[in-house]
Amino acid sequence: MVTLSENTLQEIEKAASKYVDRKSALMAALWAAQAEFGQLSPDVIEAVAEVIGVSNAKAQGLATYHSLYWKKSVGKYVVMLCTNIACTLMGAETLLEHLEKKLGIHEGETTPDGMFTLQEVECIGSCGNAPAMVINETFYYDLTAEKIDGILGSLK
Amino acid sequence: MEKILLKNADVPNINDIDVYIANGGYKSLDKAFQMGSTAVLEEVKRSGLRGRGGAWFPAGMKWQFCVEVNKFPKYLIANADEGEPATFKDRPFLEKDPHQLIEGMIVSAYAIGASKGYIYLRGEYPQGYKVLNAAIDQAYKKNMLGNNIKGTDFSFDLAVHRGAGAYICGEASALIESLEGKRGQFRVRPPYMATHGAFGMPTVVNNVETLVNVSHIINGGADWWSSIGSKDSPGPKVFGISGHLQRPGLYELPMGVTLRELIYEHGGGIKDGKELKAVIPGGVSTAMLTPEHLDIKMDVKSLQSAGSAIGSGATTVMSEDACVVHMVWRAMAFFYHESCGRCTPCREGTDWMVKILARIENGEGRTEDLKILEDVCHTIHNNCFCPLGEGAVNPVLSGLKYFRQDFEEHIRTRGCPKGLRARARH
Ligand SMILES: Cc1cc2nc3c(=O)[nH]c(=O)nc-3n(C[C@H](O)[C@H](O)[C@H](O)COP(=O)(O)O)c2cc1C
Ligand code: SF4
Repeated sequence: MVTLSENTLQEIEKAASKYVDRKSALMAALWAAQAEFGQLSPDVIEAVAEVIGVSNAKAQGLATYHSLYWKKSVGKYVVMLCTNIACTLMGAETLLEHLEKKLGIHEGETTPDGMFTLQEVECIGSCGNAPAMVINETFYYDLTAEKIDGILGSLK
Repeated sequence: MEKILLKNADVPNINDIDVYIANGGYKSLDKAFQMGSTAVLEEVKRSGLRGRGGAWFPAGMKWQFCVEVNKFPKYLIANADEGEPATFKDRPFLEKDPHQLIEGMIVSAYAIGASKGYIYLRGEYPQGYKVLNAAIDQAYKKNMLGNNIKGTDFSFDLAVHRGAGAYICGEASALIESLEGKRGQFRVRPPYMATHGAFGMPTVVNNVETLVNVSHIINGGADWWSSIGSKDSPGPKVFGISGHLQRPGLYELPMGVTLRELIYEHGGGIKDGKELKAVIPGGVSTAMLTPEHLDIKMDVKSLQSAGSAIGSGATTVMSEDACVVHMVWRAMAFFYHESCGRCTPCREGTDWMVKILARIENGEGRTEDLKILEDVCHTIHNNCFCPLGEGAVNPVLSGLKYFRQDFEEHIRTRGCPKGLRARARH
C-alpha cells in the first residue's frame, strides 16, 4: 500500500473537520490523493479508505462511480473535449477526429510519451462558447482546429 | 430589463468581499435580521419564488415544511451540480460573483433556521471551487458566516462539497447521499428531506439561482420582485441559450419571455441566416419543440401545456443543418452514461436505445426500430425510481413525434442525409 504525503493527510483532515461524519470527506480525500498521485490506482484508493475509516470496497466503489476520478493512468495533460449536444451542434465531433489525428491516438487513450490523454466528456457548462474543452483545469472556448493546434503546441 | 441577478457580471473583482459590499452586497442581511426569520419566510412565500433547478417547486413551501420540524441542526444545501446538459446559468455565481450566492444562502438559512450549509459543486468547475472557498473565508472574517452573525443570535457555517462527475448527484436526494460520502443514488421518499435529509436531519436543497434570488426579494420586497416575469412563475431568470445561434450565451430576462424573443431578439437569430429546425427549451431531458412553438412563453405552465418543460431554462437551438436523429442519439448516449444502473428499465433501456439510434444514424436501421424505441420509452416511463429515466425518454419521444420522417428517411436511404455518423465511445 502507498503512503499519502503529510500535505495530503492534512488536506483530508481539514476536509473531514467540515462534516459531522468524517465519511463525508471521502470524496475530498479522493480528490486530494488524485492531486498527489495524478491518478487513483487501487492501492492509492485503499490508502484513502484507511485514512477515512471506510472499507476498501466502499472507496473503490465510490471512485469508479465518478467520471473525474482517474482510475487508469493518464498523461501529463488530460484533454477533455465536450461532445454533448451544444458542442456537437457547433462541430465538436470534427474536432475530436482532429485531436485523434493530431495526437495519433483514439479517444480514451494516452500518447506513448505520456504527455496527452484524450477524453470525450459530457457537458462542461460552456455551451455559450461551444465547442469547448478543458485541459487539466484550464477551459478553452470557441474552438477551431487551428486554435487546438496552437493550444497543444504551447503545452510542454 | 435592468439586470438584477447578473448586475455584477462586468464589475471587476466582484469576487472580493469589499468590492461586493461597495456594490451594495450583503445589505439583505441587515434587512432580514430586522424583519425576523418568520417575516423573511413569509416574504419569500408571498413572492411566489419557485425553484430554478428543474422541478419548480415553490421555495417558501419547501422551507415551511422544514421550519415545522423540531429537530436540529438543520441543513441548507445549494445545488451547484449544474449537470443538465446545455445548462450553464449557475456558473457566474460560482466562478465570478460568489458572494451573491453566499448572501442568498445566509438569508435563506436564517428563514429556515438552518445552522449548517453546503454548496454541492460539480467537479467540472475547479475554478469555482477555489473562488467559493476564498469567498467563504472572507465572509467568515467579516462575520457574515460563523457564530452570532453580525451580533445576532443566528449562526451559520458554510462549506463547499466538491462532486466528481455524475449527473445523478444533482438530484436532491442523490446529492445528499453523495454529501454523506456514499455513491449518489436516489433515495425513495418518504421519509422526506424536510425531516430526514443530510445526516438524518431536516434539510432544504435549493438550486443556486433560487437562493441568489432570495436576497433580491428581501431587498426589493416581494411585490416588486413578483411584478417581474409571469404570474405563474414570477421573477427574473438567467437563460442560457446555445446551439445554432448568432449570439449564444447567458441572458437575464423576465420569466415568461417567449422562445421567439429568446432566440431572435436576444440570441440574434439562427446562425448564418439558416432556418430553425428544432429547439430544446429546458435542457436535454425536456421534450424538443418546433418553429410552430415559437410564441410559447418560457414559464412552467406554458411549456407544460406545449408538452415540454422549462427544466433549467437551458435552451438549445438546432438549425436546418442539424440532424435530429444524431442529436437524439447523442442525448441518449449521455443518459446511458449517467444511468446509475439501479433500475433495469433505465439501465438496459438507455443502453438499448443508444444502440438502436446509432444503427439508424449509421444506415443500419430497420423499419421496426421506431416501434421498439417507443416501446422501450413506455417501459422506462413509470418503471423507474428516479426522474433520470423519465428524462431520458423525452428526446426520443419528442423527436419521433415531430421529426418521424427524418428517422424514416435514415432507415429508407440507409444513412444520415447530413453525412454524420454515430461513433462508439471508448
Ligand atoms: C437527474 C437529475 C439531475 C438534477 N440535477 C440538478 C442540478 O444539477 N442542479 C439543480 O439545481 N437541480 C438538479 N436537479 C433537481 C433537484 O433534484 C432538485 O429538484 C433541486 O435542486 C431543488 O432546488 P430548487 O427547488 O431550488 O429548484 C436534478 C434532478 C434530477 C432528477
Ligand atoms: S431511473 Fe436510472 S438513474 Fe434513476 S435510480 Fe433508476 S437506474 Fe438510477
